[in-house]
Amino acid sequence: MTNEEKYTNAFCQAFDIDADTAKGLKFQAIDAWDSVGHMGLVAQIEEAFDIMLEPDDIVDLNSYEKGKEILAKYNVEFA
Amino acid sequence: MWNLLEFKDNTAVVTEDGETFSYARLSEETEALAAVIPARCLVFNLCSNTVGSLIGYVSFINHGIVPLMLDEHIDRELLDIFLTLYKPDYLWLPSEKTAKFEGESVYASNGYTLLKRADEHVYPLYEELALLLTTSGSTGSPKFVRQSYKNIKANTRSIVEYLEIDETERAITTLPMNYTYGLSIINTHLAAGATLLITRKTLMQREFWDFFTQQKATSFGGVPYTYEMLDKLMFFRRKLPDLRTMTQAGGKILPELHKKFAEYAGREGKRFVVMYGQAEATARMAYLPAAKALEKCGAMGIAIPGGKFDLIDADGGRITTPETVGELVYTGDNVTLGYAVCGEDLAKGDERGGVLQTGDMAKFDADGYFYIVGRKKRFLKIFGNRVNLDETERLIKAHYPDFECACAGVDDAMKIFVTDETKIKEVQTFVAEKTHLNFTAFHVKYLPEIPKNDAGKTLYAELNDK
Repeated sequence: MTNEEKYTNAFCQAFDIDADTAKGLKFQAIDAWDSVGHMGLVAQIEEAFDIMLEPDDIVDLNSYEKGKEILAKYNVEFA
Repeated sequence: MWNLLEFKDNTAVVTEDGETFSYARLSEETEALAAVIPARCLVFNLCSNTVGSLIGYVSFINHGIVPLMLDEHIDRELLDIFLTLYKPDYLWLPSEKTAKFEGESVYASNGYTLLKRADEHVYPLYEELALLLTTSGSTGSPKFVRQSYKNIKANTRSIVEYLEIDETERAITTLPMNYTYGLSIINTHLAAGATLLITRKTLMQREFWDFFTQQKATSFGGVPYTYEMLDKLMFFRRKLPDLRTMTQAGGKILPELHKKFAEYAGREGKRFVVMYGQAEATARMAYLPAAKALEKCGAMGIAIPGGKFDLIDADGGRITTPETVGELVYTGDNVTLGYAVCGEDLAKGDERGGVLQTGDMAKFDADGYFYIVGRKKRFLKIFGNRVNLDETERLIKAHYPDFECACAGVDDAMKIFVTDETKIKEVQTFVAEKTHLNFTAFHVKYLPEIPKNDAGKTLYAELNDK
């Protein structure tokens, strides 16, 4: 799996959605992405890339796109 | 209820956009709204953590208008059931939602609109009835707790006293206004002339923390799950010099987390106050004094000022020996009138006489501190919301009559067993939508058959192992 696929899959798993819905998604745009769902998403991303997100990054992760920017800091590169 | 002009120059509210409302302005806004509504009307308040929603609540309570408090995002089908059952005279709701409802727009302020419905005084209201609240969470049950003016006053007075809330406090909202615990924070701070920092943002958003620090929040409340989130956010590393008090209620916090936050509070000169309550007791019945937070880790504390606990054994006798488990019974002026399940019930008087059987099993230690050890009734706390297992079953069965189901599980993780393998996902989505709780709390599993005894009663003990 590419990093892009792993990343998208984290959203799919956390919110029970398909890849198309995941792309472009924003915090609270769907019921599943509330603060509880956010905890699940963070756990999925951390597991997928074997990293620990900093608290500042957890609260900044407010969209699919923003998450990619954040992951760059953890040396996760997207093609 | 509140003498807003007593604190007229104090700041009552700061909104998430930074707009401030003095007590004088809050008073003006609430008087203006009340002027267009006759007293003793029933109003559905579709709540959000915004100043518009707050103005409605304060105005109604201060003027003998009875609000029924619901989340603005409530499932529409459920809301329609409530509208049919209770026939409110008015709706007070976010202005952008008015097009979705029948009724004439008669007043608007601060993003909220008052809709006059066709129904008028359909059901008489008991003279002492002040407020209607759900028992938290909604499983389609039309059951509301009937709270009186005396209930709210008594509970507010007790809480202000034991938490020592004064004019200098600045509480930030972390809980919904239609939730008893969130509402008690509003009630107490307005009674003390303190400031409410009102935001819809959650603690998983940067904007929340920016608002928190910029507005120098001194306190917040949280359910057990809130504290799990704070732990994940490494809350202890944050510099929050203005923070004084953290309160916790809405279910039993894990003892490890209780200890962690009590230690943090001790280290940083802050207070961590574990509390216990129910909507049936207005909000609060017990608290663990901050000074005892570490020593009595795992306890929910002692009765609030003006309240009293008794433990009752299986034979109805009063337990006097420490470390003996019995049903917790609370007595106090904050014990609510009773329930309403339909419009006719709004005329009912006080059915409890100040005594509440909590349905919780508890014990006390040699020093008189109480510990919750279990529940008599079949319900779970999911993210602080009480969700009745039997009601959830009925909800599913009513919608899916073609297969069987049974609900069990632990707090924050309900297990739903279904006898149709193809409906697992659908049931999960259905329950999440109806309860408006995150779907991850519902674990739906397939069982070819629900275990039952000869009388046809579900064997829940067996289910918990599956």
